[in-house]
Amino acid sequence: MRRNAVGYLAAFAVIGVTVVPLLFVVLGGFRTTAQINASPAGLPGPLVWDNYVAVLGSVEFWRLLGNSLLIAVIATTLAVGLGAMAAFALSRYAFKGREAVYTLFTLGLLFPIGVATLPLYLWLRQLGLLENPLGVAIPEAAFSLPVTIVILRPFMRAIPGELEDAALLDGAAKLGFFWRILLPLSRPALITVSVLAFVTSWNFYLLPLLVFNDSAHFTLPLGVAMFQSEHTQDTAKVLAFTALSMLPALAFFVLAERRMVGGLTGSVKG
Amino acid sequence: MSTATSAATSARPRTAPAPHAPAAGGTRRRSRTRTRLELALLLGPGLLLFAGFVLVPIGVAGFYSLYSWNGFGPLTDFVGLRNYTDALSGAVFQGAIGHNLVIAVLSIVVQLPLSIGLALLLNRKLRGRTFLRMVVFAPYVLSEAVTAVIWLLMLQPGGFIDAVLRGMGLGGLVQLWLADPSIVLYTLFLVITWKYIGFGVILLLAGLQGVPVELREAAALDGASSWQITRNVVLPLLGPTIRIWIFLSVIGSLQLFDLVWIMTLGGPANASTTMATYLVDHGFKRYEFGFGSAVAVILFIICFLFALLYQRFALRRDTEGAIG
Repeated sequence: MRRNAVGYLAAFAVIGVTVVPLLFVVLGGFRTTAQINASPAGLPGPLVWDNYVAVLGSVEFWRLLGNSLLIAVIATTLAVGLGAMAAFALSRYAFKGREAVYTLFTLGLLFPIGVATLPLYLWLRQLGLLENPLGVAIPEAAFSLPVTIVILRPFMRAIPGELEDAALLDGAAKLGFFWRILLPLSRPALITVSVLAFVTSWNFYLLPLLVFNDSAHFTLPLGVAMFQSEHTQDTAKVLAFTALSMLPALAFFVLAERRMVGGLTGSVKG
Repeated sequence: MSTATSAATSARPRTAPAPHAPAAGGTRRRSRTRTRLELALLLGPGLLLFAGFVLVPIGVAGFYSLYSWNGFGPLTDFVGLRNYTDALSGAVFQGAIGHNLVIAVLSIVVQLPLSIGLALLLNRKLRGRTFLRMVVFAPYVLSEAVTAVIWLLMLQPGGFIDAVLRGMGLGGLVQLWLADPSIVLYTLFLVITWKYIGFGVILLLAGLQGVPVELREAAALDGASSWQITRNVVLPLLGPTIRIWIFLSVIGSLQLFDLVWIMTLGGPANASTTMATYLVDHGFKRYEFGFGSAVAVILFIICFLFALLYQRFALRRDTEGAIG
């Protein structure tokens, strides 16, 4: 009983530390900047809706959301599509150099995109992909490929060989087996890697920062930082803007929580 | 590896090698060509994407790093290793490496025990445990950009944090959180801890699921105290999870960028510069592409050496067979 009390105490402390900053942002958006300046830790008096209404009514917010969504969808499709194909080849074919190719992909787990940004930037400039959503989405997909393959390969390996034998005996081609049997069976793992690739892209800051100069192309992380630096005098509006821009990630998390946590811990267990 | 190989080979129709039967040899050759084509089709696009946008840029950085180059025009000014010696002998870059190391060491010393403690507490049968896990994990889902903006606002002089401290009668603790060069790095570390502690807790909770209840019960029957059980039974079994967490945490600390760039730009007076902010500052803001590439290569070598040594000495037992 006493031990559980300690547990609950710790739980409350954790909830407090985690949630208070989030509440500060959300509730601050319902106040005026004057109120916030007068009492930074106060609660909203009568709810002020102006800030949220202004942000939701602005073209800027929706454009940022649209840009982020477009890039994340392209990056996820590319990473998961090509990753599933490669994982299939690396798990259900026997060929020379297979482990070497796999190791090459796993090395990618170690390379921070930061290391590659300078030449990546020059490379994208050469390809004419600056100021282009593809200039962000394609490298993001490339950097998500290793984790996708590392999660998918053991999963595809574990699907019994008898299924494949049966399909081939029934006259299916190997690629037919991949498309009609293996992919549907791999759905849980495919969802996990999709969620990871999507969130990675959604949160990416450095690459869009370099590729986009024109704020019309900005993604949400860039937009939040820019909005903050452009409206330093209007704290309430910045808070409303920040609250709304963390909403999609949190909502997505609530929907996909099991996949995310499972994917992360699964990838660590190898 | 052996199981998958056998599964894959057994899945293929076995045609006996029969040199005197040209028909059988023909189908075999045809099916082998077919397999090659399939492999090229399946692996080709992924390899191309990976090589073209991950491997080649890193290799090319090594090439640029030997030149003095502003990013435009031909590479003519070959300077050998001068970019490297310049970077490594510069006080600002040395400071940046130091800041990355401070963050890495602080993470292990502070975040790891905190994560273990929280995971052990949250592993008990508490009401609302699922909800609790989601709450702990929530900050990890936010982008570093959003996290940076939230804390930038809360840490303003006279802002939320200061008001709360004063309200609790701890006004003496109030600092210039982001403007005092002797404090800024630790402030950033606190924000990093807020964002990433949930990740460690979730990993360790998953690891705790793998500790059999029977083991604890047996130890309890033998008269072990709960501290002894934790120390001698649970922690050793958490070893693999802890070692992976340390690895991810150090690699993350070495690459720190977003948060620092938005909150301080590496300032004030370079007190929070990291290797990555230094790289972007010189490469993109000052168009020193050759020099920036050298910094990138140094950052890469540091990460790579750490990964190699860690893999060799700490992770080998855990990943045997998992990673080639």
